[in-house]
Amino acid sequence: MARIGVFVCHCGTNIAATVDVKKVTEVAKSFPGVRFTADYRYMCSEPGQDLIRKAIREHGLSRVVVAACSPSLHEKTFQKCTEDAGLNPYLFEMANIREQCSWVHDDREEATSKAIDIAGVAVAKAHRNSPLQTTFIPVEKRVLIIGGGISGIQAAIDIAFAGFEAVIVEREPSIGGRMAMFDKTFPTLDCAACILTPKMVEVSQSDRITLYTYSEVEEVSGYVGNFQVRIRRKARLINENECNGCGTCWQRCPVKVPSEFDRNLGKRKAIYVPFPQAVPNVPVIDREHCLYVDKKKCGICKKVCPFEAVNFEQEDEIIEEKFGAIIVATGFTLFDYSIYGEYGYGKYKNVTTGLHLERMLNSAGPTGGKVVRLSDGKEAEKVVFIQCVGSRDEARGVPYCSRLCCMYTAKHTLLLKEHNPAAEAYVFYIDIRAAGKNYEEFVEKVQDEYGVTYLRGRVSKIFERNGRLTVRGCDTLSGTQIEIDADLVVLATALIARPDATKLAKMLHIPYDQNRLFTEAHPKLAPVETVTTGVFLTGACQSPKDVPDTVATASAASVKACGLLSHDKLPIEPQIARVNAEICSGCLACKEVCPFGAIEKEEIVDKVSQKKRVIAKVTATLCNGCGACNTACRPEAIDLDGFTEEQIFGQIESLVADRGDGK
Amino acid sequence: MKVAYYPGCALHATAKEYDDSCQLVFKELGVELQEVPGWICCGATPAHLTSHLLGVALPCKNLILADEMGLDTVIAPCAACFNRLKVADQEVKEDLELKKDVEKVLGRPYSGRVEIKHPLEIIVQDIGLEKVRKMVRRELEGLRVASYYGCLLVRPPEAVSFDDPEDPQSLDNLVTAIGGEALPWAFKTECCGASFSLSETDIVFQLSGEILNEAVEAGAECVVVACPLCQSNLDLRQKAIEKRYRKRINLPVLYFSQLLGLALGMNMRELGLLKHMVDPTKLLEKTLV
Repeated sequence: MARIGVFVCHCGTNIAATVDVKKVTEVAKSFPGVRFTADYRYMCSEPGQDLIRKAIREHGLSRVVVAACSPSLHEKTFQKCTEDAGLNPYLFEMANIREQCSWVHDDREEATSKAIDIAGVAVAKAHRNSPLQTTFIPVEKRVLIIGGGISGIQAAIDIAFAGFEAVIVEREPSIGGRMAMFDKTFPTLDCAACILTPKMVEVSQSDRITLYTYSEVEEVSGYVGNFQVRIRRKARLINENECNGCGTCWQRCPVKVPSEFDRNLGKRKAIYVPFPQAVPNVPVIDREHCLYVDKKKCGICKKVCPFEAVNFEQEDEIIEEKFGAIIVATGFTLFDYSIYGEYGYGKYKNVTTGLHLERMLNSAGPTGGKVVRLSDGKEAEKVVFIQCVGSRDEARGVPYCSRLCCMYTAKHTLLLKEHNPAAEAYVFYIDIRAAGKNYEEFVEKVQDEYGVTYLRGRVSKIFERNGRLTVRGCDTLSGTQIEIDADLVVLATALIARPDATKLAKMLHIPYDQNRLFTEAHPKLAPVETVTTGVFLTGACQSPKDVPDTVATASAASVKACGLLSHDKLPIEPQIARVNAEICSGCLACKEVCPFGAIEKEEIVDKVSQKKRVIAKVTATLCNGCGACNTACRPEAIDLDGFTEEQIFGQIESLVADRGDGK
Repeated sequence: MKVAYYPGCALHATAKEYDDSCQLVFKELGVELQEVPGWICCGATPAHLTSHLLGVALPCKNLILADEMGLDTVIAPCAACFNRLKVADQEVKEDLELKKDVEKVLGRPYSGRVEIKHPLEIIVQDIGLEKVRKMVRRELEGLRVASYYGCLLVRPPEAVSFDDPEDPQSLDNLVTAIGGEALPWAFKTECCGASFSLSETDIVFQLSGEILNEAVEAGAECVVVACPLCQSNLDLRQKAIEKRYRKRINLPVLYFSQLLGLALGMNMRELGLLKHMVDPTKLLEKTLV
């Protein structure tokens, strides 16, 4: 027979003002199994906890019930207190008579009666609590970073510095991501490549960081501490170990195709590195356009390579690796503005995007740093910038603000004027969002010192007339309609999730929202974690953000990952599902409803018939103890440790039992 | 094929040539038009500006009358009538409270059974431009046409859903099918000024003036329309616009049904082409074979 102690907390006046705590303590004496009762002003305080520990030792208590606040506040406190006194912490039960009683009722008599019920139910459950044991799992001290842009790079650097191994899997032939495409970054106007490339080099030279470029994650299984990941290293057709990046091959290649890195404004060869500072500085052969791969013609690159690094027979390589934690750093893509008829449905050559302009402004870009009309290559003298294209558009775009565009548009106007002081720049905006450090000052400088005209209004139509674009919009602050003949129109298109983001989310079992952005565990308090333990988020794949915020989240995610890896073993909460193999019919209804993918089928040999049959199997490390399986199971073959059917029915019985008070 | 025909007030008055040409053209195309008996004004702009209920009840009354004819489809050549019929039908289908009020006012139930189409829709979708092309007796010999759709034919897109609201093509395709050159230009759906023609004529001079100017810049020899008010603003007011901007325009403004009628072999008089303010006869005699 259990020996239960019931401790009722006043919580100052929080509980005691509404609930007659003395009465609750008195009635508790009559609950079955109760051997000790006490009330105290602040049960969670040191003297309060001392009271509990003393009672356990002196009265040989085998169960502890504290009637106080919500378990989400102090369950851990009292579990530890119970453990300190020598009892298994899962033999402790909490009754919430504050948030669920005294804080939501006024009538003292009724609130007291309810508090008695709540305490009684907790006592009934405590009877059937069992000493559950925390289990431990080992931790693989390696972190997988999916994505090699600035966020992935920063995360890798931080993890390596902390003494752990990091692996970056990057889909493009080089790391660097979007930032490598930029010209200068706001607000400092640092050259993007100049601040990024040292970090790229650091990553390539670090002993603790492995780079798999031109590679993709194909499958992820396992759980925190023990993720099994299958990675496909696509065939570059170049032997990375032999190549030293001399460039003889791409100089001689006869094939020219539009360059994706230059947003199709310039050309690259069929054997190429995407940009001069690529890491690794090893080219890749574009199998679709290579003459040898396609028609067995040419093959010049192989002939001229001084190191015999070209290998047309190379195949994709599949590797399997283990990781303790995963950081998702897959970044973003840009909204396709061609759905907007008012901007020409994408058919006007001189209507372009901010990223295209970055490539033009970049001195290593396709126009040698000149901002030109894309229709004829002449220098652009009059440029119109339109903010919020796709952003803040519930009807046809995305409802959110993309956060960067006000800043990079201001930057673009400044750089345009620096490259061509005679140029005129007009910005159509809805609001100016310059919330970062030195951002407002930057925009003010652009408006005051660079003579850029800011017009608060939308553009209703862009059309072509005599080879020039006519932009029609309005200036709401002066209440006039504006018509501008422009050489170039630059659209600040929304930052959106990549189209295959959902595929990755499903692979990792992480949720995403209606905009396909990965969902954080808590928008305020856990912005870099996901609900899947061991998987962290950084950068724009979670929400659009600029470089400072991206670097901040990268460091935050790496700290979280290192936190996990600093343990030699991780505790697994024991309140998880358990299958009774004898009753389980193998219908696997539980598997269908499990949101965490924690149930799979298992083949066993039946004890009685000696024949093989299928039953459900719970992977303890993936189970979150939600109980969905329990409700789906018809023969009641699966139960939840810590919340068993027996415990819950015991609670229900206690609630409906006649206490002799007419209720 | 037989459809109910809702001419609306304009087609029986200032836009008589639109009515005549439509009737002739559809007869030739093998579509029987049966005028809705006892039809009343659709309400156009004044009704929906005065009272929302009135603006919805008037079109619904006409749709009930069309329903009673036992036909599936009603066509309305005037873009305003077409737009009001469609919008009223949609509103009543989405707002059941409004439907109750309308039915109470009209004293009859509203079935919403009749489909509302524009004659252009029938020609382009139901009959098909291939069939039309085969019936052409007189090619337009590359007549340069600016197709002007105006506002009400293609907006609001959720209600009208007939053609693309920014860059529609149905008139252009029809022009091409009958041998004309459909010019690409940017003012297809800009507003002509509509009923401000009477109250604030300056606005019409400005807006219609810009449309005509763009058409000239695009190299047009004529403008083709599908709305009586657009026609009158671009045609009736053209001389005053020329005087105001001191620029010669001289663009005949034709109903698409008139141009189609010519291609099908009808003569200018019966199609009402002599009724236009800007004389189209010299241009058409030159280009028609």
